Amino acid sequence: MKFSESWLRSFVNPALSSAELSHSLTMAGLEVEDMTPVAPAFTSVIVAQVLSVSKHPDADRLNVCQVDIGSGTPQQIVCGAPNVAAGLKVPCALPGAKLPGDFKIKIAKVRGIESSGMLCSAKELGITEEASGLLTLPADAPVGTDIRNYLALDDTIFEIKLTPNRADCLSLQGIAREVGAITGATVSLPAITPVAAQIDEVRALALKAGDACPLYCGRSIKDVNARAATPEWMRRHLERSGLRSISALVDITNYVMLELGQPLHAFDDSKLAGAVQVRMAEEGERLRLLNGQEITLASDMLLIADEQKPLALAGIMGGEESAVTLDTRHLFLESAFFAPSVIAGRARRFGFSSDASHRFERGVDFGITQTAMERATQFILEICGGSAGPVQIAQGTLPARPPVRLRTARAAKVLGLPLDSAKVAGILRGLALEFTQDGETFMVTPPSWRFDMEIEEDLIEEIARLIGYDNIPAVAPQAALQMLPQPEQERPTARIRQFMADRGYQEVINFAFVDTAWEADFAGKTGDNELIRLANPIASQMAVMRSSLFGGLVDNLVTNIKRQQNRVRLFELGRVFARSDDHNQAVAGYSQPWHLAGLAFGQALPETWSSGKRSVDFYDLKGDLEALFPSCSLRFEKASHPALHPGRSAHILFQGNPVGLLGELHPKWVQKYDLPAAPVLFEIDFSVLKAQAVPAFAEFSKFPAVTRDLAVIVDQEVHWQAIIDGLQTTLPRLVTGIHLFDVYTGKGIPENKKSLALRVVMQDTQRTLLDSEVDAALQNIASELENKFAAQLRA
Amino acid sequence: MDHLEQIVNEARAAFAGISDPDALEQAKARFLGKNGQISELLKNLGKLPPEEKKTAGAAINQAKQAVEEALNSRREAIREAALAARLAEEALDVTLPGRSELRGGLHPVTRTLERIESLFASIGFTAADGPEIEEDFFNFTALNTPEDHPARSMHDTFYLNNPDGSLAEKVLLRTHTSPIQARYMQAHVAKYGQLERMPEIRIIAPGRVYRVDSDATHSPMFHQVEGLWVGENVSFADLKGVIADFLKRFFETDDLNVRFRPSFFPFTEPSAEIDVAFMSGALKGRWLEIAGCGMVHPNVLRHAGIDPEKYTGFAFGFGPDRLTMLRYGVNDLRLFFEGDLRFLRQFA
Repeated sequence: MKFSESWLRSFVNPALSSAELSHSLTMAGLEVEDMTPVAPAFTSVIVAQVLSVSKHPDADRLNVCQVDIGSGTPQQIVCGAPNVAAGLKVPCALPGAKLPGDFKIKIAKVRGIESSGMLCSAKELGITEEASGLLTLPADAPVGTDIRNYLALDDTIFEIKLTPNRADCLSLQGIAREVGAITGATVSLPAITPVAAQIDEVRALALKAGDACPLYCGRSIKDVNARAATPEWMRRHLERSGLRSISALVDITNYVMLELGQPLHAFDDSKLAGAVQVRMAEEGERLRLLNGQEITLASDMLLIADEQKPLALAGIMGGEESAVTLDTRHLFLESAFFAPSVIAGRARRFGFSSDASHRFERGVDFGITQTAMERATQFILEICGGSAGPVQIAQGTLPARPPVRLRTARAAKVLGLPLDSAKVAGILRGLALEFTQDGETFMVTPPSWRFDMEIEEDLIEEIARLIGYDNIPAVAPQAALQMLPQPEQERPTARIRQFMADRGYQEVINFAFVDTAWEADFAGKTGDNELIRLANPIASQMAVMRSSLFGGLVDNLVTNIKRQQNRVRLFELGRVFARSDDHNQAVAGYSQPWHLAGLAFGQALPETWSSGKRSVDFYDLKGDLEALFPSCSLRFEKASHPALHPGRSAHILFQGNPVGLLGELHPKWVQKYDLPAAPVLFEIDFSVLKAQAVPAFAEFSKFPAVTRDLAVIVDQEVHWQAIIDGLQTTLPRLVTGIHLFDVYTGKGIPENKKSLALRVVMQDTQRTLLDSEVDAALQNIASELENKFAAQLRA
Repeated sequence: MDHLEQIVNEARAAFAGISDPDALEQAKARFLGKNGQISELLKNLGKLPPEEKKTAGAAINQAKQAVEEALNSRREAIREAALAARLAEEALDVTLPGRSELRGGLHPVTRTLERIESLFASIGFTAADGPEIEEDFFNFTALNTPEDHPARSMHDTFYLNNPDGSLAEKVLLRTHTSPIQARYMQAHVAKYGQLERMPEIRIIAPGRVYRVDSDATHSPMFHQVEGLWVGENVSFADLKGVIADFLKRFFETDDLNVRFRPSFFPFTEPSAEIDVAFMSGALKGRWLEIAGCGMVHPNVLRHAGIDPEKYTGFAFGFGPDRLTMLRYGVNDLRLFFEGDLRFLRQFA
């Protein structure tokens, strides 16, 4: 809501400066977002009249003017404006004037001709950003008057950000009432008297939706001059409220809307056929609106129609066909109260909002419907002439305003503040609320302009507002001291994040909606059944919900490589999204688990004087993952996944279930995303990481352990995991560990074979082992390897 | 006995000139070896008359001891010199950089969220979480924002499509973290509702939220942190106390002013907007809007099955992105979501 301070002060004028007024409004919940002076400071600019214009002898584009400044002696002023002409009234800066931008006006010679002042454009006075010539003033502007007074430039535009509950302040009257309540200043609203009918002309009303339209007033006005000029003062108020002046009739309805909060509509009476109906629309009816939009109506929309056709979308926007034009002679003027529920959301369905719908969907004062009609009639007759018919009223069921109970003790409890009933009563009176009092209990009747007083808390808020939120104490709350649970089976998320950071990874946060291509490339999802598309994406590269964190990380890598980062380690912890028919989901149809993903690119270690030049690889990230799971209970299985190199990718298994992926980015994507080398990535279900066992002590051996090394040659494709699994079942009891400490191919090893060096650790909990037992155990392992994997023992 | 003295002096001189351990052992042989000078003298002792034997023997032993002493001290000196040489040789340039992985770091917003969580944990708030694809019911209806409520247009909501391309009517991307409140209260009532006195609810719920908005100061995805305290005697004054305390702890200064001004949210009544102004620094004296809050609306309590006559509560929602910007002086919201290491490493 935008308005000029002087307009507001014409209704209520508290002894406060502009800044103080602004602060009071803000602290009462009417947040002043912006205060802008109508014009910057300047001095000595008056209304002047150009008497004569003659060409400057030495400059094509300049004119020498004789100007009446009201002093009795015409002044000679050189002017370069293209629109200068004899007879024109324009602002004139006199010698000694200071214009915006610290521009001083002096008597000076312009190309040899003396000039005693400057004729000004609106831009030169700082009133507008652009101007194409002198600011021309109306012919009746009094010469010699200070332009600041004449144009009322010593004024400030207030812009208030209103919350949806305060529709009553979408008018000057409403704001004035509020200022009165919070400052105690007297409010004087314009006296509005009914305009008596001058003609008998009436158009019949047919109210067919009395719940949707509890009150409808209509009036015919004949023989108006639609081309009449809008008075300067009205135009100024409209412009300072952000509305462009359009025509007298439109301006008048807008003015009354701003003044009283009642949206009005004027129809061209000659376009109407028969009675005006207020009814629900029929499904599929069509109407072309004032904004040119052709809409198809639905049965939950309220329509103003005549006997033949839809005329207007009630409370939202008029139709183009019945709109008033400069040629309109007869009017049908509407002032109505439409129920908020039949207006709410309707304009949004067609992708627009109007001043009328904005007000009606929040609630318009239903006590003012007819008053506004009278106010507008009065202006129309004054400005456009014509004769008014009698007001026709059709009434349905007006909103009930049941009294709301307010208990002093309850208010004191909710606010945490001592209160007595005398104080409460005083506040209610200040708000001009009707109430009855029974001891500590009040029954308050909400006024017709308030739509946000339905329950006790609404009134408690009013009490708090009027006391001032600043005057409610801030206290340290009291509560029973109880410790918070500290579940040890759950690893704190912060600790897992910190682990990743300590391990060299930098955390990133990426958008949850991604490019459709990423889902195809990094998750292999392309079908409509798999993708979760946004209905209203903000951009095509944010069109689908991510099912993997890979895309974001690869994109971060691309960004960072462009910014000369050649060693990149990133991680993200975030939700991913997939369609799901699992009934246990928080939101049916969608799974949205937390995932942890990491990416590493570049040197394995930061390049220093001492480190090698090895690039990060699969096993570096595998090591990080194993370190992340302290119990080492992960298994890895060769995987095939669209995002990853088929020979260098693995499923991560936890307790037999796949919980994630690890691998090198597929060469296809390395090329497509223009990467100099392949990063290694992992992504894992975070819930698996969160779980941890509470440690339980187990007896450990106090006897010496024996280690023996064993080297075997096996086929290249035999996987280590298979060997360990194969040995596991027949492992002698005293073997406590088998570690792989070397893998070798090359000289001395046959082609397609590899040599594995195993270190076997043996120990008994009860005694020192005998050499014979150790040898037998080793022999057992060697023969198992030979039998199951055709392993040859190396000498 | 001049001869003995001469031998000792000769040995001392010989040892002193040697710095190699092997040469020293060879030199030792000349004096103390089987055929060394001292050994020779001892061998010849038998030939002396018995009366001379005793004194001569004592003198020779004395000389022998002196030679051994000289030898040992020379051995020790050589060892020490060798050790000193080795140590000198092994010396490092201790100023060369260490050899290790560089540490990564947490995202600045994560830092903020962790600090917020732990500040509130210190007065008994536990962390809560909720889905980001949310039901329309929890995002709006349960929060006293029925369909077509004008407050819905305050949120520009992202909606999803069904596989057949139609609009998924019942779900959306949550526009705030407040649905976590509604879900948590429901679960709390399911658990404790039958008790005469329900335990208090004190939760802090951070998360990502989504709105159709993107410019220099708005990101279509951003963070919120929701707080909720419901109990038998929770008041607006308590809310003011908790928020003021939090802001002073979070910014680690008493040098700030906090103000509450009336506002509107469908799910709180009374409602307030929270502004903070620092008394020093670049933003000195400017009121900055940083949170919305209020007393939980009775309809919201009722929706969750809580009796608003018996229990009251407050809720608040902060923008942790904004708090992070203020705390660390970050001047562009978009930096948080670009993954630029030059930016992120500053918070490691």
